Amino acid sequence: MRAATDTLSTTLSALADPTRRAILLRLAQGSATVKELAAPFEISGPAVSKHLRVLERAGLIQRGREAQWRPRTLNAEPLREVAEWAVEFRRFWDASYARLDAYLEHLKQQETHHGHGR
Amino acid sequence: MVTAAKTGVSTYATPTDLDLVITRVVDAPRRLVFQAWTDPRHIPQWLLGPEGWSMPVCEIDLRAGGSWRYVWRKADGAEMAMSGTVRDVVPPERLVTTERWGPEWPETINTVVFTESGGLTTITLTVRYPSKEARDAALGTGMKEGMEQSFARLDRLVRTLA
Repeated sequence: MRAATDTLSTTLSALADPTRRAILLRLAQGSATVKELAAPFEISGPAVSKHLRVLERAGLIQRGREAQWRPRTLNAEPLREVAEWAVEFRRFWDASYARLDAYLEHLKQQETHHGHGR
Repeated sequence: MVTAAKTGVSTYATPTDLDLVITRVVDAPRRLVFQAWTDPRHIPQWLLGPEGWSMPVCEIDLRAGGSWRYVWRKADGAEMAMSGTVRDVVPPERLVTTERWGPEWPETINTVVFTESGGLTTITLTVRYPSKEARDAALGTGMKEGMEQSFARLDRLVRTLA
């Protein structure tokens, strides 16, 4: 819940597209060149490049240094952030509600001692 | 109707593509629960998430069109803020607000309904997201179930790495 929210939004919109998710899955097996990444898709090279740029901006992939091939590599850090945020959301509410239970007990006792006065 | 009411447990459900519904039953009359939920004297006592956070700013103008703002702070100085407007308020039954974490974050519409039965109050909080992706991320369902196969595999990847 306390992850940098703008990073999280960027990650989520990058993940919202099935082609981009497929690219990430391919990269999870190991780095690949643009040509290799484009091979399974029936879309143009420029379209694939566009998807790669979105993933790169989201910090989900990196470009290799080898000038000629420039293989892309997966960077899993933003994915970890998504997973952590999801867990944090539940943790936030579970912890708050547990505290609310105790606080309501406290309020009820106060009323018993002091009367409602309403 | 709420015969199997059980306190101490929060349930999370996704009855539609956009909604996340969190339900909790508490052992108190809804008049008190509504106060605890809406009064700035009470809110910072419990709406704090995990240990270690406090809420130094808690402002809420409790009327339709009014605005609200909460700021949380951790001992190490880290802060997070949330704000929005009040759309509708019917004490002690219902409160509808908009909520936003920041400019880059999608605005949600939060409806909380309090129903009382046998001295227990059921708190039903419905958070409506602008898209299914945003909702699924919030609850983690995008990482858990119901998505296409490739996303399920991505999920395993995330879990392995996280």
